[in-house]
Amino acid sequence: MKYKLTKKQKKMLTRIIVAVALLAAVAITLRFIELPWWAELILYVIPYSIAGYDVLKTAFINLIHGQIFDEKFLMMVATVGAFGTGEYPEASFVMLFYQVGELFQSIAVGRSRKSIAKLMDIRPDSATVIRDGQEIEVSPEEVGTGETIIIKPGEKIPLDGVIIEGESSVNQAALTGESAPVDKALSDSVISGTLNLTGVIKVRTTSTFGQSTVSKILELVENASDKKAKVENFITKFARYYTPAVVIAALLLGIIPPLFLGIGSWEIWKVWLTRACVFLVVSCPCALVVSVPLSFFGGIGGASKDGILIKGAGYMEVLSKIDTVVFDKTGTLTKGVFEVDDVHPNIISVAELKDIAACCESFSSHPVAQSIIRAHEGHIDKSQIGEVSEIAGKGVKAVVDGITYYCGNGQLMDMCGAKWHDCHLTGTIIHVARDNGSEAEYLGHIVINDQIKEDAESAIASLKSLGVKRLVMLTGDKNNVAEKVAGKLGLTAFFADLLPADKVAKVEELLANGKGRLAFVGDGINDAPVLMRADCGIAMGAMGSDAAIESADVVLMDDKPSKIADAVKIARKTMGIVWENIIFALGVKAVILILGALGIANMWLAVFGDVGVLIIAILNAMRCMRRLKE
Amino acid sequence: MKKTFELEDLDCANCAMKMQEAVLKIPGVKACEISFIKQKMTLEADDAEFDKIVKLAVKAIAKVEPDCTVLL
Repeated sequence: MKYKLTKKQKKMLTRIIVAVALLAAVAITLRFIELPWWAELILYVIPYSIAGYDVLKTAFINLIHGQIFDEKFLMMVATVGAFGTGEYPEASFVMLFYQVGELFQSIAVGRSRKSIAKLMDIRPDSATVIRDGQEIEVSPEEVGTGETIIIKPGEKIPLDGVIIEGESSVNQAALTGESAPVDKALSDSVISGTLNLTGVIKVRTTSTFGQSTVSKILELVENASDKKAKVENFITKFARYYTPAVVIAALLLGIIPPLFLGIGSWEIWKVWLTRACVFLVVSCPCALVVSVPLSFFGGIGGASKDGILIKGAGYMEVLSKIDTVVFDKTGTLTKGVFEVDDVHPNIISVAELKDIAACCESFSSHPVAQSIIRAHEGHIDKSQIGEVSEIAGKGVKAVVDGITYYCGNGQLMDMCGAKWHDCHLTGTIIHVARDNGSEAEYLGHIVINDQIKEDAESAIASLKSLGVKRLVMLTGDKNNVAEKVAGKLGLTAFFADLLPADKVAKVEELLANGKGRLAFVGDGINDAPVLMRADCGIAMGAMGSDAAIESADVVLMDDKPSKIADAVKIARKTMGIVWENIIFALGVKAVILILGALGIANMWLAVFGDVGVLIIAILNAMRCMRRLKE
Repeated sequence: MKKTFELEDLDCANCAMKMQEAVLKIPGVKACEISFIKQKMTLEADDAEFDKIVKLAVKAIAKVEPDCTVLL
């Protein structure tokens, strides 16, 4: 990737080149000509000042403000100290290297920021809106809800909306990481931030830009650093004590040993002052302070490319430590697309039973209800339907044509007092009863089955191979249905017949029993309380669902359970890199401090310990951005 | 009120941390985050005093690193 230097960086680069040339000239000249010490000093001070005058200036200003632990001030003390102890070339080179390092750091950070920004470059620049029959190009912010926009092939879809003319295929890779295009036809909804590939489409907008999916995602990823990881807080605290501690150690090292070893000897003072200068050079905790947040930022950016939105570094940390994953069944492990398998009527005909059930469920958006409605051939006359009331976790009670019906599970049948019986088939059984005034009359049941998602089995297997110990499924479904799904997928436990409130209680129980962290995976629609309760709430299938995006800590844009394992892998990789950097930076600094105190490490090594370590840590942090292989 | 400002020539992460601490010490500042990576400052303070606090924050930042400028 190309990176353009800023004005300041260009100026710095010129100064460095001039200083290098001068320094080389001075070094070569002094090899052949013997000069008095003061002439040598002057010759070395020239390139030194060219390279480092801004450091000295800032150091002075900071000194006036009382900021003595500033790295520039310390660099000044260290180099002036080196001049004082007669190490003229060292003083100049150290300043020069410091500036080269600073420049490199500034470029590296600039590049990382650019490439992370590019990773998240899903923001559409413009929208073509049709107003009074004219096509006008405006910025997406200026388009209102309900306006008509036109999107040509190759353009980004700027706002969420519904197709009112034309058809096309759309690449949703920017949001889901899935590169296979999706076909979109009349009255299909399209999502902002996705790419229109083949046809010209006209879209009626359903949101403003601020409310659109793309804005929500950008906001989420950009504010992801708000929830800090524990490691970050540790580094912040550490940095606060590290610099003063090293500076005090340097002071002690420069003063105390000469007091005992030979207070009158300039040679002894020189040795210990040089060692103190080494301490000062490595006293900046920059390598840690930059690379840790940069790693998290890169990891979050890289994950977003795969359609995994992690709401903060804190959740990245939690994800990496997960040993329990609790799944909601419907819509998470199974498709949530139910099909009616069989209809077993009692007293009445098959068609009549289907008809009654469809009327009762006609106002419900629950997937089970939808399957009954789909199975009903012909039109449902909604004018016949009177009062419909939902009985949570049991079913519905509806008045159709003046007669009250109960439509739901066995518990509902018990409640209304119908003489019901169970079915020999496994699946979700919806029983229907008619209220005859004194008692309810059993009319039969409908058998419905959900389909397991194609990648659910491999998702469970890869979570197991990642060392996740407990894989638990919670469902409001009946025990035999749950058992069938759990057995097929190889889950370690399942709990069936749960009401929404029971799910929270179960998760709390699992939290209390577990050692590691617990993640709950749901579709984010009606499990917000459980998502909040878990250490890490993961919502999936979030394309276009605001509720899911808001309530979860980690959002999977598509509805593939295999993404959960990917999220854990990304989190572990990121945490691995974070710790690598922490251990590497602290290790090198510790070694240099020890060697410096013993007089083995010189100024050169110290500069490596400062800027060299920093640059290596930044380059390592950049690996977080890379997507997972396979 | 909460507002985000861009920072130019914010060159070191440690300085960003020090700036954040300095801004947080200004009376009336409810929250402040200075992100070195994003080169941005998010400042939250009372509406009535906001402009005054922004001026103080700019001063505090200049004190830590004179090169760094807040784009208002």
